[in-house]
Amino acid sequence: MKLIVAIIRPERLNDVLERLYRTEVRGLTVSRVMGHGGETEQVETYRGTTVKVELHEKVRLEIGVSESFVERTVGAILASARTGDVGDGKVFVLPVESVYRIRTGERDQAAVTPAAGDAAC
Amino acid sequence: MLQSAIVPADTAWMLVSTALVLLMTPAAAFFYGGLVRAKNALNTMMMCVGSIGVVGVLWPLFGYSLAFGGSAQWVGGGQYVFLRDVGLDAHGTIPHLLFMAYQGTFAVVTAVLIAGAVVERMRYSAYLTFIAAWSLAVYAPLAHWVWGGGWLAQLGVLDYAGGTVVHINAGIAAAIAAMLVGGRKDYGRQAMLPHNVPFVLLGTSLLYFGWFGFNAGSALAANGAAVLAFTNTLLAPMAALTVWMSLDAARTGRATAVGAATAIVIGLVVVTPAAGFVSPLSALAMGAIGTVPSYFAILWRARSRLDDSLDVLAGHGVGGISGALLTGVFANAQWGGTDGLLHGRPAQLGIQAIGVAASVAYSAAVTYGLLKVINVMLPLRAAARAEGVGMDITEHGEEAYSDGEGAVLVFREPAPAVALSVAVPLTQAGAA
Repeated sequence: MKLIVAIIRPERLNDVLERLYRTEVRGLTVSRVMGHGGETEQVETYRGTTVKVELHEKVRLEIGVSESFVERTVGAILASARTGDVGDGKVFVLPVESVYRIRTGERDQAAVTPAAGDAAC
Repeated sequence: MLQSAIVPADTAWMLVSTALVLLMTPAAAFFYGGLVRAKNALNTMMMCVGSIGVVGVLWPLFGYSLAFGGSAQWVGGGQYVFLRDVGLDAHGTIPHLLFMAYQGTFAVVTAVLIAGAVVERMRYSAYLTFIAAWSLAVYAPLAHWVWGGGWLAQLGVLDYAGGTVVHINAGIAAAIAAMLVGGRKDYGRQAMLPHNVPFVLLGTSLLYFGWFGFNAGSALAANGAAVLAFTNTLLAPMAALTVWMSLDAARTGRATAVGAATAIVIGLVVVTPAAGFVSPLSALAMGAIGTVPSYFAILWRARSRLDDSLDVLAGHGVGGISGALLTGVFANAQWGGTDGLLHGRPAQLGIQAIGVAASVAYSAAVTYGLLKVINVMLPLRAAARAEGVGMDITEHGEEAYSDGEGAVLVFREPAPAVALSVAVPLTQAGAA
């Protein structure tokens, strides 16, 4: 099993979710985060005071998948999150020691396989 | 002597009414601002506030004269350009200057209504250029036709406070603008939800409040007609709200807050042309009946390709047409104006229909032409990338909801590339 962590642009989130859904990747966590890659700062002005916003809003996706799903999940994210400009984000693939499903106590492979009737997760 | 005709009570009421109608513009800013996504909240509100600037300035310079200078058939003359001869002498029972100011607030808020159709993707500079030109080329002539003694006035069209001039006009212009600017890039693919429904209700409340100046102020006096218009303005939205919540409940099992806000505005739109011409019970009936076409127009629009994002056509266009026609049905000479269909004069309904058709045709044609011309000089549409990031940042360089994390104070205004020499780490943004 692997944990896929992706940092993406907030405005790409809907496209990424749509693509993941079509790739039949189920079960993920989304959080709003702040971060900074290599992108240029965004300049804002408030009543004459100019500020540079160095931390940009990003979205972090965390997806636990079985080995056979790693490549297509990463592929789906790369294809749908890309704009071609600096600041598109990163995808990290991390090894996972074990996974438990809280509801049933199932572990590992069984825990990352969508349960029947689990379609909405 | 003219001066003696001024009535202090009327002047006092019209001063208040002018302020009330001005309030409707920031009210619309909250109404529209709450309905868009958070990344476009400021841009949407600035579309409303900006009109107070550009349209507000053009009104005393040119607009007022085009609308109310002389009683020619098609457009006013140049006699009041730059407020020449507009002073403290009487116009009716109030000072002429006050009449000009009152009408100016109408011009400002009418242009603002169009914004709802093009939010979240129209470039701000093109938008401001458009509403400035529109207020002179479309709003002022239409106001002249109906209120300035133009041909619709001579024909006998009843429009108490602007059902035709304001609402049908803006609603049709909005639909044309939505078509020419094009839909938002994610329209029809993604759900785009209102980011702040309490703002929508706040805006609605302020609109309702300001509308008393809009309708009851259109009596241009503190008299019985104003009381009638005030009461009708109070009652019609109540009926509209009740009907809307019932329709909502019947269709989905729930009464919604955004629906309630929409219903109140549509009730106000429907009663606007009739406010001083119908009985209070007719106003209740108009609010109830007039809401239904708009309700179904909104359902249709959401499934269509027309990204009239905040339903200006369904709300103001369809609501305005319902109101104008129903005025021809319910008008009662005992209360004011002339009789309509229910009181033995079916011809009035036909006259109302002519008024509707004329304003739809004129507004659509000239709005189309203006946008086509402006598009040559200033692209109407923001880049897809800017639309994705959000118009607050790309058009205004501000955010509605910034927590200030990671913002660095810059003391002078260097080019964006200059960085390190002037930085003070992690100062809170937006605290100026």
